[in-house]
Amino acid sequence: MRKLKFHPCGNFKEDYEKDLTLFETDFGRTWMWIGIAALFLIIPVTFKAYWLYVLNHIGIAAIAAIGLNLLIGFTGQISLGHGAFFGVGAYGAAILATSLNLPFWLSVPCAGLITALVGMVFGIPSARLKHLYLLIATLAGQFIIQYLFVQWESLTRGAEGITLPPATLFGLRIKGDRPFFFLIFSCFVTLTWVAVNLVRTRYGRAFIAIRDNERAAAGMGIPLFRYKLLSFAISSFYAGFAGGLSAYYIGSITPEPFSLLLSIEFIAMIIIGGLGSIPGSVFGTLFIMLLNEGLGAITEFFMNLSAFSGVALTLAPLREFVFGLAIVLFIIFEPRGLAEVWRIVRSSFRLWPFSY
Amino acid sequence: MSFFLQLFIQGLSIGFLYALAALGFVIIFKSSSVLNLAHGEIMAMGAFIFLIFSLWLKLPIPVAFVLTLVGSFALGFFIERFFLRPMIGESLIYVIMLTVGMAAMFKGLMLFVFGGNLFNYPDFLPKSLSIQWRAVHIPPVYTVSLLIGLVFLAIFGLFFKYSSQGIYMRSVADNQVAALSLGVHVRRVFALSWAIAGLVCAMSGIILGIMNGISVHEISHMGLKVFPVVILGGLESIPGAIIGGIIMGLLETFTGGYVSTALREVLPYIVLVFILLIKPHGLFGLVEIERV
Repeated sequence: MRKLKFHPCGNFKEDYEKDLTLFETDFGRTWMWIGIAALFLIIPVTFKAYWLYVLNHIGIAAIAAIGLNLLIGFTGQISLGHGAFFGVGAYGAAILATSLNLPFWLSVPCAGLITALVGMVFGIPSARLKHLYLLIATLAGQFIIQYLFVQWESLTRGAEGITLPPATLFGLRIKGDRPFFFLIFSCFVTLTWVAVNLVRTRYGRAFIAIRDNERAAAGMGIPLFRYKLLSFAISSFYAGFAGGLSAYYIGSITPEPFSLLLSIEFIAMIIIGGLGSIPGSVFGTLFIMLLNEGLGAITEFFMNLSAFSGVALTLAPLREFVFGLAIVLFIIFEPRGLAEVWRIVRSSFRLWPFSY
Repeated sequence: MSFFLQLFIQGLSIGFLYALAALGFVIIFKSSSVLNLAHGEIMAMGAFIFLIFSLWLKLPIPVAFVLTLVGSFALGFFIERFFLRPMIGESLIYVIMLTVGMAAMFKGLMLFVFGGNLFNYPDFLPKSLSIQWRAVHIPPVYTVSLLIGLVFLAIFGLFFKYSSQGIYMRSVADNQVAALSLGVHVRRVFALSWAIAGLVCAMSGIILGIMNGISVHEISHMGLKVFPVVILGGLESIPGAIIGGIIMGLLETFTGGYVSTALREVLPYIVLVFILLIKPHGLFGLVEIERV
């Protein structure tokens, strides 16, 4: 057996191989396996159904957030349309499943591919536009897609919505929170693995180069437009895949949830988590979803106290307020997000007792 | 024909309302290059401040109006001081997300205080302002919107062109470092531009409130329609805001009148995508020249 690797006391990377390595030490790898084992063996058994339901939603949102982080955090292209892209995935899966009778394992990836195409269409402006203008273009995309959800009734059945057939995989019917937990989190782990590895390939490095300096990237021979479109496609694929999963999980879809608010929520997740960090997107998703849960619980608590039920009704909009406040505070005080907080905590443990 | 005229006048005054709303946006963008996504919420804040003074405290309308303008001026000032100032020098996405967070905060706060209901101002506009010409009837609000739009746009056009503060603002927008080295008080310029923007927002919020009633969702949604307008006109151009506003207003009312009301809501954004593809810097916007 080779020797266990510990943290070096400086940066001794001598070749690309070392720079690209995912785990600097064997502890990281061990902890990852422990984490995955806990995720699949302990959590589904010990958690109550309600918490599994919450976790499933977190898993779905985390997939979309990772995709969005690939676009915003790694390629530097801002999109305010991911809520709609998520919806495209959900509608794609629902329509494929109901009118073409595609099985579950085919319709969700196909929904992802359809969303990737849609994302590329709305990524086309990125050829000429940057920053603000691109943001506004994707905002327009959000509204146009939302309009289509409601108005293109022959395809989406308008406000009535679509009910999906139950998901089946390998002849097994997947129903209830626990089976879906395994399904969603296997997808989550796979897609996270893909994202983490994508970042260190030639494509990922090209994305980062584009983010850091477009002109310099072009000068090094990176075809900007092609890579930006690719980034839009990959990112929308993630969003669409997550949307498809959520459509199957919830069982029926209507146009309402896929609004601008959802797009903003996704961006808030990755900003709070940390731009340009895959674990950060997961932290951010956890933070936002648990914040939502917590605020919901507080509202419910006041609802149950009959004397305060009036207070509870007025408390509901405060969720939005707290949500906004969290974004503002994070941006002002810790712009690099929870990933940075996590790094600081970790390194202070590592350096203890001789911290700088 | 009279239907056409009716729509035309209506579109024109809605266009001036858009132009006024876009003006607030352009002022901020011109001086500090911040894309303010909380625009609609600030408009709604202004409308509600006026509601408090006029309906709840029952102050006479002119007094309430002046107090609202003062209040919204202060609000703009406050926003700059506590939210935007720490962000000077940060990268764009953070600033934009900050305004998104602000939007959520304000919206939550207003929903908390006022609820999602529709409110109406007391009816105070004189009837003499309404115009009746053959079959064309124009309610006083539209006339007022036109008048106020014209007056404000003229004032601010002249302000940016001739007053020293206006010139400072333009210099800061052009190049912050150069402006600093020439002795322009950049922070004061930022504060002033946010305060003025707050005032203009309140103005357009009030007109919108008289037109359609005041509800948080309605007005804050309206704030997003500013984007097509400013993109069409060019992000940093006041004449652009006026022309963009009028074009969008007309386009919207005609689509609403002749085609369908559902399309009316989304049409500005469809136009927006095409403008961005064909002429990204709008009709009057500055084409940024990027040097490596």
